[in-house]
Amino acid sequence: MWENIKEFASTFFVTGDPLIYGADVAIVLTSIAIVFVLTYFKKWKWLWTEWITTVDHKKIGIMYLIASLLMLFRGGVDALLMRTQLALPNMKFLQADHYNAVFTTHGTIMILFMAMPLMFALFNLVVPLQLGARDVAYPFLNSMSFWLFLMGAMLFNLSFVIGGSPDAGWLSYPPLSELSHSPGVGQNFYIWGIQISGIGSLATGINFLVTILKMRAPGMKMMKMPLFSWSVLSSSIMIIFAFPILTVTLALLFLDRFLGAHFFTMDMGGNPMMYVNLIWMWGHPEVYIVVIPAFGIFSEVVATFSKKKIFGYKSMVFSMMLISIVSFFTWVHHFFTMGSSANVNVFFAISTMVIGIPTGVKIFNWLFTMFRGRITISQPMLWTLGFIPCFVVGGATGVMLAVAPADYQYHNSYFLIAHFHQVLIGGVVFGYLAGMYYWWPKVFGFKLNDRLGKWAFWLWNIGFYVCFMPQYALGFMGMTRRLYTYGSDTGWDLGWAPLNMVSTVGAFLMGLGFIFQVWQISYSIKNGERDLTGDPWGGRTLEWSIPSPAPMYNFAVEPHVTTDDAWWKVKEDREKGIKPAPVKLEPIHMPKNSAIPFIMSVCWFVAGFGFVFDWMWMAIPGLVGVGICLLARSFSYDTDYYIPVDEIERTEAALRGRTV
Amino acid sequence: MAHAVAEHSHAHEAHESHESLKVLGFWIFIVTDILIFGTLFACYAVLHTHTNGGPGAKELFEMPGVIAETFILLTSSFTSGLAMLAMHKGKVKQLISWLAVTAILGAVFIGLELKEFILLVEEGHKISSNAFLSSFYTLVGTHGLHVSIGLVWMIALMIQLARRGVTEVTKRKVTNLSLYWHFLDVIWIFVFTVVYLMGVM
Amino acid sequence: MSQHQTGHEHAEGHGSLKSYVLGFIFSIVLTIIPLVIVMNGLLNKTQTVITIMIMAILQLIVQLFFFMHIREGEKPRWNVMTLIVGVIIVFTVVAGSIWIMSFNSTVQ
Repeated sequence: MWENIKEFASTFFVTGDPLIYGADVAIVLTSIAIVFVLTYFKKWKWLWTEWITTVDHKKIGIMYLIASLLMLFRGGVDALLMRTQLALPNMKFLQADHYNAVFTTHGTIMILFMAMPLMFALFNLVVPLQLGARDVAYPFLNSMSFWLFLMGAMLFNLSFVIGGSPDAGWLSYPPLSELSHSPGVGQNFYIWGIQISGIGSLATGINFLVTILKMRAPGMKMMKMPLFSWSVLSSSIMIIFAFPILTVTLALLFLDRFLGAHFFTMDMGGNPMMYVNLIWMWGHPEVYIVVIPAFGIFSEVVATFSKKKIFGYKSMVFSMMLISIVSFFTWVHHFFTMGSSANVNVFFAISTMVIGIPTGVKIFNWLFTMFRGRITISQPMLWTLGFIPCFVVGGATGVMLAVAPADYQYHNSYFLIAHFHQVLIGGVVFGYLAGMYYWWPKVFGFKLNDRLGKWAFWLWNIGFYVCFMPQYALGFMGMTRRLYTYGSDTGWDLGWAPLNMVSTVGAFLMGLGFIFQVWQISYSIKNGERDLTGDPWGGRTLEWSIPSPAPMYNFAVEPHVTTDDAWWKVKEDREKGIKPAPVKLEPIHMPKNSAIPFIMSVCWFVAGFGFVFDWMWMAIPGLVGVGICLLARSFSYDTDYYIPVDEIERTEAALRGRTV
Repeated sequence: MAHAVAEHSHAHEAHESHESLKVLGFWIFIVTDILIFGTLFACYAVLHTHTNGGPGAKELFEMPGVIAETFILLTSSFTSGLAMLAMHKGKVKQLISWLAVTAILGAVFIGLELKEFILLVEEGHKISSNAFLSSFYTLVGTHGLHVSIGLVWMIALMIQLARRGVTEVTKRKVTNLSLYWHFLDVIWIFVFTVVYLMGVM
Repeated sequence: MSQHQTGHEHAEGHGSLKSYVLGFIFSIVLTIIPLVIVMNGLLNKTQTVITIMIMAILQLIVQLFFFMHIREGEKPRWNVMTLIVGVIIVFTVVAGSIWIMSFNSTVQ
């Protein structure tokens, strides 16, 4: 009996590596600390009513933000582990299989559990406020999206200490990810973690698409909408068309592993290349899904801090919408070397180069907006200025990779690694951080400290170039991705050591930048400059017209919009002495909190965990629980309420009293 | 009094626009579902010749059952439309009866499909036999799963209708369900054409 | 908001018994034609494929117009636009996969 338990535990828990024991201890201690703090301060009820069951987009946004920053930490630690292993030839820091697990989880976490939720955080925090709406179109669904994402992310991260991490690369190509080559449970964690959070992402896409199409304030025509909202629209369109493809692809891989189907196996007629084809039909739009909102953020930031209307609004809108469609026609450039016909490669090489054009248009628009503007170098602006050169280089190397014959040289080399980190860090991460700094006062009611923020920015920015510029060279010198060691005895030492060392130094500089940001946030919670005006930057769009942080119903009175940059117009009118007509308050229709999204996501987690270990006794009750939650929702009719006028008056008086 | 009436009509309007919002959201969900089926069709199109030496579509498919399934589902799409008509006339009983007819037809469809699958598996043609059968079972099975979920949903709605009658909320729910049902019929037409007709051609 | 104006007009907008019956008849006919063609081998392979695909697409259009009432609802018709883009992308996924994976049959 005891032997059986020991036997089970040794396969169930990951053992053998001091790093993992360290993580085990850290996880247990953190959990105990959280439970202790919540119990000691009697916060359980608060946590349940204010956060877990909330359907308020602002709170959901904050939860997304916290989760994504934690995931940035996890993915960042993975990156530093890899760079440490590669700093010198013949390093014995990580074993080969551990290195495989680390680069796999680094990629998956950074894209799916860091970039996506950070993006959704900004969607949630900003879009309804920018549109003059009370909430998103489907608040209940919004809460469900968040909890599905979180449960998926937790399931994925659990693999680190239970069962073993996935180690077949961030996109889990078969046949390596098939049962024949990866018999462990790691790939199952990969499939179910992404699948569960993917349902949430799809729902968010639908939610924000409808929010933008239908929930705009009266008078806000599509072409009067702020550019960030346009970018969210573009991104949502791509989400709703791309994520179903991912769902199917992973489901088929799961069927291969679970029922012995032969979609992507090497034998019985299966075709692994079909997986590569399908996953990039999602994977390529995915890149644009995460980068387009960053473009929207830059547009807002540049206009605000140049004190000018954005240059070329229409061309911005047009290029974003064009990208969202063309991005579905370029996927083969991720596998030019697969061996498709020359015609295929030519078509996709050209479509890839075409998509660079609208992106270039945007760069010029930002530059022309800044031209002769009254520029303030604030933190959001700093990240924007850091982004532009970085993204230009990243884009140019992207066009190099788009040349199909040349790609045979670059494919899977460090040149590629440097390229996509340049667009993903320089574009996406810099963009979202700019957005975070820009909207932070709106969300939390205080600014983040400037001096620490500048330290963080320069460490990130310099660290970035120090880390990735050498990697372009390493790629040309023949260093391939996913290589866990190199050295004279392996026959792989081609003079790579110095550049690798430099690159590692750069990675640690970025890590230091992250530490500065954590310091900055914790310092500013106490000492940050309070935002009493609701409009700390001199903003142009509607979110700056209400107090910070916004009351739960956002707008006491629905704003009526007559022009783009609606808030700027109101401020101009005020200066001219034109006062808006007084309006009567009306009761506000609000959705009620619900526990169903959380419970249903927990059921998904249970089902997912059961499928990971092939424990049907666990998976089936989990799925039944999901079904019961759906039915419970269908049968509940008491889902919303009205905030009475006197309560709005009281809240507004309290908020405005403070602001005047 | 006047104030209360005004407030009520305001609430009513807000409610109604909220319901139409949900229909639009459901439409978009259906479009995402079309993508799901589209991807499965792509797999079937690429893999349907990969029989690994085993029997192909021509040898395996029994057309009479499939033809029956097709006409049953077509009819159920029609009856769910009649349910919609009854709903707009405000006739709850008629609405529930048409939904019941639709559900029964749907259940017969599922029964026939299961019979077909069981027969194939008993003859040794399993999902694990080759890539062609993997993609066949997955495509047709996903459609069947959708129909089954639709059946559960339909029953839940019939209970709600019996309890609450035709309101703005139940109207929206029946509208969504009927859209879903028509959509599944369309998907089946393509399954019928691409998998079965082209298979036995 | 704009949707309020159109909200009350839906009494006439949901099709009549006639349109449902008509749609049903069309869909039955459009199912029987390809069935007869295929079961009796009336046309050669390419012709059959083209004909039955056209029939399936017509069937889709019948369902959209007669059953799903795609012409109704408030403007702009976001649902129709989403559907059109969705269909384009489905076409890309299917045709693209077949085209890209065609190397496979040459290799084998």
